[in-house]
Amino acid sequence: MSTPFRNPYPTYDVLDKWDSPSFNDQTREVIARRLDQVPPRRFFDAIQWATLAAVCDRVIPQPERRFDERVPIAPWLDADLYEQRGNGTRYAEMPTDRAAWKQGLDAINAEARIRHGLHFAALSPGAQDAILKAVDNGETRADGAWTGLPPKRFFRHLVLKEIVNIYYVHPAAMSEIGYGGPASPRGYVRLGVDAIDSWEAPRGQWSGERDE
Amino acid sequence: MTRPVGAASHGAEAKPRAVDGRAPDVFSRDGTVAMREYRDTDEVDFAIVGTGCGGGVLAAKLAEAGFSIVALDAGPFWRPLADFASDEREQDKLYWLDERISAGDDAIELGSNNSGRCIGGTTVHFQMVSLRFRPEWFKARTKLGYGVDWPVDWRTMWHYYAEVENACKISGPISYPWGPPRGRYPYRAHEVNAAGLVLARGAEALGVAWSPTPLCTVSAPRGKSPPCVYRGLCKLGCSTNAKQSVLIAFIPRALAAGAEMRDLAMVGRVETDRSGRATGVEYHRDGKWRFQRARNVIVSGYSIETPRLLLNSAGGRHPHGLANSSDAVGRYLMVHSNHAVWGEFDEEIRWYKGPPSMACCEHWNYNDDDPSKDFFGGYSFMSQGPLPTDFATSMVTNSGVFGIDLRRRMALYNRMAGLKIVGETQPQAENRVTLADEMDEFGIPRAHVNFSYCDNDKRLSRHSLSFMKRMLGAAGGRNMFETESTAHLMGGCRMGFSPDDSVTDADGRTWDVPNLFVCDGSLMPTAGGVNPAMTIMANSARIADRIKAMAATGEL
Repeated sequence: MSTPFRNPYPTYDVLDKWDSPSFNDQTREVIARRLDQVPPRRFFDAIQWATLAAVCDRVIPQPERRFDERVPIAPWLDADLYEQRGNGTRYAEMPTDRAAWKQGLDAINAEARIRHGLHFAALSPGAQDAILKAVDNGETRADGAWTGLPPKRFFRHLVLKEIVNIYYVHPAAMSEIGYGGPASPRGYVRLGVDAIDSWEAPRGQWSGERDE
Repeated sequence: MTRPVGAASHGAEAKPRAVDGRAPDVFSRDGTVAMREYRDTDEVDFAIVGTGCGGGVLAAKLAEAGFSIVALDAGPFWRPLADFASDEREQDKLYWLDERISAGDDAIELGSNNSGRCIGGTTVHFQMVSLRFRPEWFKARTKLGYGVDWPVDWRTMWHYYAEVENACKISGPISYPWGPPRGRYPYRAHEVNAAGLVLARGAEALGVAWSPTPLCTVSAPRGKSPPCVYRGLCKLGCSTNAKQSVLIAFIPRALAAGAEMRDLAMVGRVETDRSGRATGVEYHRDGKWRFQRARNVIVSGYSIETPRLLLNSAGGRHPHGLANSSDAVGRYLMVHSNHAVWGEFDEEIRWYKGPPSMACCEHWNYNDDDPSKDFFGGYSFMSQGPLPTDFATSMVTNSGVFGIDLRRRMALYNRMAGLKIVGETQPQAENRVTLADEMDEFGIPRAHVNFSYCDNDKRLSRHSLSFMKRMLGAAGGRNMFETESTAHLMGGCRMGFSPDDSVTDADGRTWDVPNLFVCDGSLMPTAGGVNPAMTIMANSARIADRIKAMAATGEL
């Protein structure tokens, strides 16, 4: 956990293709909006918002980025719930997504208060991780706070799933994994093993990771 | 009424596009084509609910036969060249995102996993794997001892597979290793990508056959469709029109032959008269409820919306839902188990390039006598190319990994390869769609979906994981891990031999209401171990010909 994140593609930025045939107008429109129009908080209250921001920081820590360069996650989660975007599935044992998120963040905060007497957002990263792992294992202590909300289902199928759904559509995340990103109208020509088109990420820097 | 999802939809989600005698030209950025229109008071020959593998194919074939057709779809009418972005989040607009309630021991994920909501249906975002059923599966009970028989002969289906494969210009190999001989695929196979070559390497190491996957995207120009450029975002909708979805391959045919398409038209009820016959459909479009009269109604809404609509059409002579005297509406719902094994490789595979499943293996669909086979039914498996959020969500929901560990594992994205099954599940009466107590925003009860695997289903997926692990390891994979999920929907309004335990006869005609048909994947009595799109389309093409024949002899 103390190992820092090492980007295998440090020289690659998917946005360098902005004016190339890999991007079409509608894709530029969508990604420009994602980069420039980060929505304000409208759904969560201030304490839930602080808890959510802290949870996002633990699920996707971004210590190598300056604060203003970090990929925003909480604002898009808030916007999805405010706009009732939906995902097509409500598991029968769960409340609606809007109710589940509010109750779940309150419950995570309640876990922090029971264990440490502090808000979740005020805890050390290690203490925060321990609480999230306990939630994932169903080892919760603030039992009243979780009534009608199965902790593991909430954590994996809402918290983790929706956070990665937002993070990995951001150009910075595409770039750090060497993903080709937008590809229309131009796709790819070289499909074989270790075959790389000039508009893809160059080969990753993998030294020392081969036998991890 | 449903909220727009896309930022680059150009109004398609907000206001109907097929209006005033014009429909979108799917091969243009903003053009239209002429469209015949009917009034609500016109009694059309067929009102078709849904425009995917069932309704889209039917609309084309029945309109070409001279019938008057109104086809309604709850979703938008896209122009892919202008409306589809290269973006996973934006393209959520292709799915049925309204809430459905999922229950059972193995509650299934809905939404992006197995639904579509647009003209062209799920084929707009399907991954184009175009396989045929094994012939014996049409007599699964008689020949293989499980499930039920289909009321259709495999040779008839073989004929219609060839028809729809030609209509979609499937690009496939010269010879296919499994099953009886089939004709040449219309277009040559695509070059297999690195992810597919991993499967090939593993199969050769284990001594089993493999094949380039027959795919529903063209390998050479076809009309206004350019050849596939291997952009790999097929699951988000094809923005070049290389993919021969129903939107591209059938809807233009239907329009040219005089069918009317109504987009953003949510059907809430099929109405019946005092004698119990269908009289038309009640639908919501452009802010108000309307009623389209029809001599015949065909429901093609797929395995959840079709039973939901029939159940919600209860009344009068049909107190338990339309066509439900057997209590079979909504039952025998099936999925494909979609378990996978993933591993790291020394090479950079870059599985995001090309269609996601370019190599396949049907060994366990055809090999009955292997002593290790401890289950009924079969499974195929394919090479994989999940997009980043797809891969990330399957990792986090299966393992709970988060933090720097998650980012490090995701950073291996370009060195990953995987094998994933399409595993047959058994038809079980308690796996079913019912109406929930709560309403959606149209005032229609939400669908409640119940699903649990049976022991045979579990044996099948365990067998597949162990076999795929051996194969991926033999191909050079390391640090392997497994994930579980489901794909596709089948059944829910099955066809059969008797009104006692099925909803329709072999022609898709409901046993209870002679002028009401079902035509989509919900008809499937068994699931088979292959992706269902070609089977649903072939069955629809067959039913279209049966309807034409019945009309000719006055049996409609």
